[in-house]
Amino acid sequence: MQTPASFEYERATSVEGALASLQRLGSGARVIAGGHSLLPMMKLRLAKPDHLIDINDLDELAYIREQDGEIAIGALTRHVDLLKSELLAENFPLFRDAENVIADPVVRNRGTIGGSLCQADAAEDLSAVCSAAKAKVVIHGADGERVVGMEDFHVGPYMTAVGDGELLTEVRLPLRPGAGSAHEKVERRAGDWAIAAASAAVWVDGGTITEVGIALSAVGLTTIHLSRAEELLRGKAPSAELFAQAGEIASADCSPGADGRGPIDYKRHLCGVLTQRALRRATARALHQEA
Amino acid sequence: MQVSITVNGEQVSRDIEPRQLLVHFIRETPGLTGTHWGCDTSNCGACVVLMDGKPVKSCTTLAVMCEGHEIRTVESLEVDGRLDPVQTGFHERHALQCGFCTPGMLMTARALLDENPDPTDLEIRTAISGAICRCTGYKNIVSAIRWAAEHEASAKQEV
Repeated sequence: MQTPASFEYERATSVEGALASLQRLGSGARVIAGGHSLLPMMKLRLAKPDHLIDINDLDELAYIREQDGEIAIGALTRHVDLLKSELLAENFPLFRDAENVIADPVVRNRGTIGGSLCQADAAEDLSAVCSAAKAKVVIHGADGERVVGMEDFHVGPYMTAVGDGELLTEVRLPLRPGAGSAHEKVERRAGDWAIAAASAAVWVDGGTITEVGIALSAVGLTTIHLSRAEELLRGKAPSAELFAQAGEIASADCSPGADGRGPIDYKRHLCGVLTQRALRRATARALHQEA
Repeated sequence: MQVSITVNGEQVSRDIEPRQLLVHFIRETPGLTGTHWGCDTSNCGACVVLMDGKPVKSCTTLAVMCEGHEIRTVESLEVDGRLDPVQTGFHERHALQCGFCTPGMLMTARALLDENPDPTDLEIRTAISGAICRCTGYKNIVSAIRWAAEHEASAKQEV
């Protein structure tokens, strides 16, 4: 039988209460929401928190809404709600692409966006999705809130900018005209982690890519931000040749390991192909030309 | 700590360790060993129960997290000796051999039909994609859930 090591359990009834507990308990405390990554890690003793703060009752953290030129997503929003959201599908269709292939429908009833990002597993899809979409996250702590861009969010494998005594409360996506986005994933079987996945978002104005975000899952110790490919595309007209060059950068800049999901050469090749596909589909969506 | 969970409409209260998983809380309740405990990693789906009407994997849910929530297990499907249409469908279409995955399959199917009474084969396959059967393959299970969908209305009228 796999059972976590002993811990103390506390159910939060407010964000302020959760923060107070986290600040009092320090590094021994972990937040639990869906728990579908944390509990398996606790069973294997890869994580051994002394205290779990359960935030599942914090309904005020479960929402997807438009506000101040952004889409704001509460940290407790579950995968199933991200999948069903028409607001997200219309403005950031890469979320629906990803949510259709994240775990399985039963797991998606429990897992949350805040949990996925804070778990910071390099193989997890939403970190790449949020990186490509140029998301920012809101982190609450003792000194109020701070806003951190995805480029500064991942500080290492399973490590994020969220410190002891802090709680990620919201994800913000910038709403700008001319946006298109897509997430492309290859997995061995339904519900599995990716062999590799590529997320891309483009903003096109007058035939020119004005802004672009590209990120890869499962091919490094953290989510890979393809900043060299982004620089190449920025300010240029979208074309197959350009996307092929971006794909070559993806193959070069990823750092996959060999495992049961495949050898390194294959994964590098896959990253190139998926990056091209994601860029092609994102651009077609931006130009309303998706087949 | 003292935990009180509604299981199949009845209040179950027990003093448990916070680390106890929902699947064990349920199985240690007299008469409720129908929920199976399989992979322990939220992959196989044998432990699926309904939490407030939605299917969840009870091996990856702490019992303490369910305080104040309603849990439905496979035992709740049969009412007064009458099988739920999904159970009859599994019988009619030979959708099980060893039966280990069956409780999770049945509860996943029940939740699907509650939300979507007329699912396509693809929608059924997607719904049960988090449940693994190592005996029959999935053809008969999909067929059984279709059978249940088609007979649901008439089966309910008979009750």
